[in-house]
Amino acid sequence: MTIAAHPQAVRPLKKRIADASEPYLYSAPALILIITVMLVPLALGISYAFRDIQLLNPLSGGFIGLDHFRALSEDQAFFRALRNTLWWTGASVFLQFLFGLILALLLDKPFAGRGIAQALVFLPWAVPSFLAGLNWAWLFNPVIGPLPHWMYALGIMDAPNNILSDPHLAMWGPIVANVWWGIPFFAITLLAALQAIPRDLYEAASIDGAGPVQRFLSITLPFLAPTIAITILLRTVWISNFADLIVVMTNGGPADRTQIVASYIFTQAFKRLDFGYASAIALVLLVLLLAYSMLIVLLRQTLLNKG
Amino acid sequence: MRTSKLLLTVAHRLAILAYIVVALFPLFWLLKVSVTPNDLLYSEGVRMWPSRATFEHYEFVIAHSAFPTFFKNSLIVAGSTAIAVTILASLAGYALSRFNFRAKYWIVALMLITQMFPLVMLVAPIFKMLSPLGLTNSLTGLVIVYTAFNVPFATFLMQSFFDGIPKDLEEAAMIDGATQFVAFRQIILPLTLPGIAATLGFVFTAAWSELLFALMLISGNDAATFPVGLLTFVSKFSVDFGQMMAAGILALIPACLFFLLIQRYLVQGLTAGAVKG
Amino acid sequence: MASIDIHGIRKSFGTFPVLHGVDLTIRDGEFIVLVGPSGCGKSTLLRMIAGLEDVTAGEIRIDGKRVNDLAPKDRDIAMVFQSYALYPHMSVADNMSYSLRLRRSTKEKIASAVGNAASKLGLDPLLERRPRALSGGQRQRVAMGRAIVRQPKAFLFDEPLSNLDARLREQMRAEIKKLHGDLRATSIYVTHDQIEAMTLADRIVAMHAGVVQQVGTPLDLYDRPANLFVAGFIGSPGMNFFEGRYVASGEGAELQLANGATLPLGKRLGIESGSVATLGIRPEHVVIADGGALEAKVDLIEPTGFGIIMHVTIHDIPMKIFTLDRAMLNPGPNVRVDLPRDKLHLFGTEGTRVD
Repeated sequence: MTIAAHPQAVRPLKKRIADASEPYLYSAPALILIITVMLVPLALGISYAFRDIQLLNPLSGGFIGLDHFRALSEDQAFFRALRNTLWWTGASVFLQFLFGLILALLLDKPFAGRGIAQALVFLPWAVPSFLAGLNWAWLFNPVIGPLPHWMYALGIMDAPNNILSDPHLAMWGPIVANVWWGIPFFAITLLAALQAIPRDLYEAASIDGAGPVQRFLSITLPFLAPTIAITILLRTVWISNFADLIVVMTNGGPADRTQIVASYIFTQAFKRLDFGYASAIALVLLVLLLAYSMLIVLLRQTLLNKG
Repeated sequence: MRTSKLLLTVAHRLAILAYIVVALFPLFWLLKVSVTPNDLLYSEGVRMWPSRATFEHYEFVIAHSAFPTFFKNSLIVAGSTAIAVTILASLAGYALSRFNFRAKYWIVALMLITQMFPLVMLVAPIFKMLSPLGLTNSLTGLVIVYTAFNVPFATFLMQSFFDGIPKDLEEAAMIDGATQFVAFRQIILPLTLPGIAATLGFVFTAAWSELLFALMLISGNDAATFPVGLLTFVSKFSVDFGQMMAAGILALIPACLFFLLIQRYLVQGLTAGAVKG
Repeated sequence: MASIDIHGIRKSFGTFPVLHGVDLTIRDGEFIVLVGPSGCGKSTLLRMIAGLEDVTAGEIRIDGKRVNDLAPKDRDIAMVFQSYALYPHMSVADNMSYSLRLRRSTKEKIASAVGNAASKLGLDPLLERRPRALSGGQRQRVAMGRAIVRQPKAFLFDEPLSNLDARLREQMRAEIKKLHGDLRATSIYVTHDQIEAMTLADRIVAMHAGVVQQVGTPLDLYDRPANLFVAGFIGSPGMNFFEGRYVASGEGAELQLANGATLPLGKRLGIESGSVATLGIRPEHVVIADGGALEAKVDLIEPTGFGIIMHVTIHDIPMKIFTLDRAMLNPGPNVRVDLPRDKLHLFGTEGTRVD
């Protein structure tokens, strides 16, 4: 009797274990990869910030406490990079959002040829970022690019020079390239949100006597607001980390005028092979970004509570 | 009333046209310079099209430079990454879409975190980790790194595609006599083919475009991907614009092809992975 | 074919209980309908029998064999889903043969099984089509075909007709009944539609809030509803109820309404005099007669073509009458009605039937 009952008692347990482990089996390969290639390096990177790690110096590797951060607090280049990051991120996000919103509104109404127009205006998004950077660098180059000549002809510039080599104007180069490249992202996201607004709301509003402006202010904007908020938040973090265009177009120059924190980290690691110092800067950037995100979340909470 | 409506329509079309011109002009210029013979490049300046077009730059780039190697390397890296990511992300996305399990919340949180921190932080540690394994200066190393970077986003993307497929279908298959994995393979995956194509496209484009890690991890020409090769070329011979732009156009082709493939899924992709660019 | 025994089945989602101990024995070849409002647990019970939901407590046996821990594929049951759940990337024939292919049946066996099922359901000309190219009714048929090719131990139906329009639903209802007559397969059918339940079932299981309210033949439930829930759920238009106080008087008894009026019950019943009770009578059992005992104020007339539904007020209580008398299309402000004593149902304080 006991022998006969035994397998019955064991099987459900085995089945239970099999059932419970199934989702883990599906997700394990992805998880293992993410942990070894992203989380372990992240932890290592944080530890590097407190160690002396220079690739070319075999004697390095010792624990040096807060030395990197002390050096960082006196590093003028870092503070300039911080200011440049604000400028780069603020201008890029604002312009991408503004032109993206206008484009989304333009594409929201059906018209003949909308499909093709949409594919064409979204095309820059498909251009690899390094190529977008090179492309714009060439356009700004007076030797082969038309932009300096046009700006000179329009009287915007005194002479057809390359703005990328002008310390006062250089930052505009990567920003313009970034805006060109990033408009589709905002436009696509906002277009999706726009098309999710129920059409009969607009019809009801026009029957109630609302004009186009009132309809935009009282229906479109409130519906878009959550999408706008989340997209801008995420995009801000993303763009402040986005060094490709700057590395390609100016490499931080002239005279560090276009160096942002992300490209500064890359330069420290790639050019000077000072991994310890690069990691210390990265850690500061991470903390700043976390603080920014927390601030936004808190701000949202207080606004919601007030409402 | 009628004229103002007409004016509005005209303004609308003009605005769309302006966007299209701005979007395409840089790419057009790339094409224009790439077919301009060297002797006309400086003399004709800002002309919209050279008086004489040539394919000599393309011929040179294809026959006498290392670009075919770069191109091949990039194809291998981006293709392998896209396939590996799609397999891993299908499995993980299916788990997130169909199972309720204790660690689900933590897995989602983990994947979101990987999308939030600056990847540039990982440049140094990943280099230190890969070099003793002999995975620097190797395409395999790049594929591993790119796969890890793209899996979280692709998982969310695949999850959103799986979410769109009714659960009834698996249940019907399981009652018909399939295990959950057989139902996944025979019923759900075939129905997710468009999603799989979109994921392949997204990941391919991302891997094709990646610059910073390739620059850091690859030093020789043999394993250089297109971005690295082009950038090295630019900094070494920054005078031969025709050839560079011909190479640029070549680099653009696969990306544009995949863009056409995924264009229909852009919205879904961007909402699933709104975190990433 | 098989019998199914359900013993003490409980189900909770997290800490939220949805089934509170269900016992049910289904005989071989029987057609059982689980009926109840949405959220009553009927679909959950069906899915537990199918193996799609875990059993929190209790036991399910198919043909005497405990199946609690068996995967759906090992239970040998077939199911027709509300959404049909046809595989969109397979032809009708492939949809129907999928289960046989999974079991590695021979080609000849598959062909004959699919052929038989197709001709039974009139699907022969559609076999090569994709589900997308079928109408709702055709999809429904394919879903049934997929279930019958396998000759499973039992058929489970999860609201299979609720996505069809009214006319088609009527037609498919009859076809399901005919099919069951042919195949004599044990069937469990979930629906919220009491007409489907009445017309199809050998026995109906009426459920409410995770508890079985009554099990019986359709006419049992119609004639002798076990409690207020079943009384109100079965029948359309629904039963009329009068709440009041049961008072025994002499040989007979009566119900005292809130406004002081009384309704005679004819005989004494098994509850205490003075307790709260509810009297019920179906609209079709109310008799309109010139010499009727009660006066009803007519509020509204709803002609259905076949008959007439009259909304009236008796002793300030709204109720409905169903009549076939066309004269009632213009009844005047008041009519006299009788409540025949043999058609009255009385429910005690707890809502359970009192005889």
